[in-house]
Amino acid sequence: MFNSYIRIQEGDFDLSSEIAALRKGDPRVGAVVSFLGTVRDMNDGSQVKGMTLEHYPEMTEKALQEILDQAKARWDIFQTLVIHRVGQLLPEDQIVLVAVSSAHRGEAFSACEFIMDYLKTAAPFWKKEDTPEGARWVDARVTDETAIARWEQK
Amino acid sequence: MKLELRFFASLREALGVSQEGIEVPESVKTISDLRLHLIGRGNPWAEVLADGQVLRCALNHHMVDASALLKEGAEVAFFPPVTGG
Repeated sequence: MFNSYIRIQEGDFDLSSEIAALRKGDPRVGAVVSFLGTVRDMNDGSQVKGMTLEHYPEMTEKALQEILDQAKARWDIFQTLVIHRVGQLLPEDQIVLVAVSSAHRGEAFSACEFIMDYLKTAAPFWKKEDTPEGARWVDARVTDETAIARWEQK
Repeated sequence: MKLELRFFASLREALGVSQEGIEVPESVKTISDLRLHLIGRGNPWAEVLADGQVLRCALNHHMVDASALLKEGAEVAFFPPVTGG
């Protein structure tokens, strides 16, 4: 049984209860790996006072579902969860949670990293930062593209 | 052919448009053709969609490259490289 859960929301989330819910009632699970992304107060040499996250509502869930399906096809994993916040966020706020359960840690570690790497390059979210010099759209990083390349070689 | 255009993030702001229904001539067959067609409107389109600008495109909610074929009634979105996570 494979389940994937995707939520796009403005509100915050609780890591412990999300992970408890993800593995509840599934005694096959021996490992849960999660990634939590948070808002930093510095980027590209500027102080970040806050940010606004925009997305493409009709596409976002489909894009994330494709990524989760690819992870499932590649590793023996049980449950996957992605929560991504949109709207106004402040430094230290939680932005994104990716969690994966499996029987053993190796599969869960790899799948979680894979999902996060593809989310960074294929899911339609955009950050606009509020800095002392004014608001600016965040540029995509070349390192995000190179992170994808290593999965394509394997 | 009728298309529904969508623009996001910095493109949406620079163009001042988030959504627009258009009818394109038959010669416009691919994403690349559509981009050139929109550039033909002059500024700000010409500047924002110029060849040197790194853009991403989605056709009916799937990321595609510039050679993708357009379909009647399709939703075509242009946006900068994504920066979520």
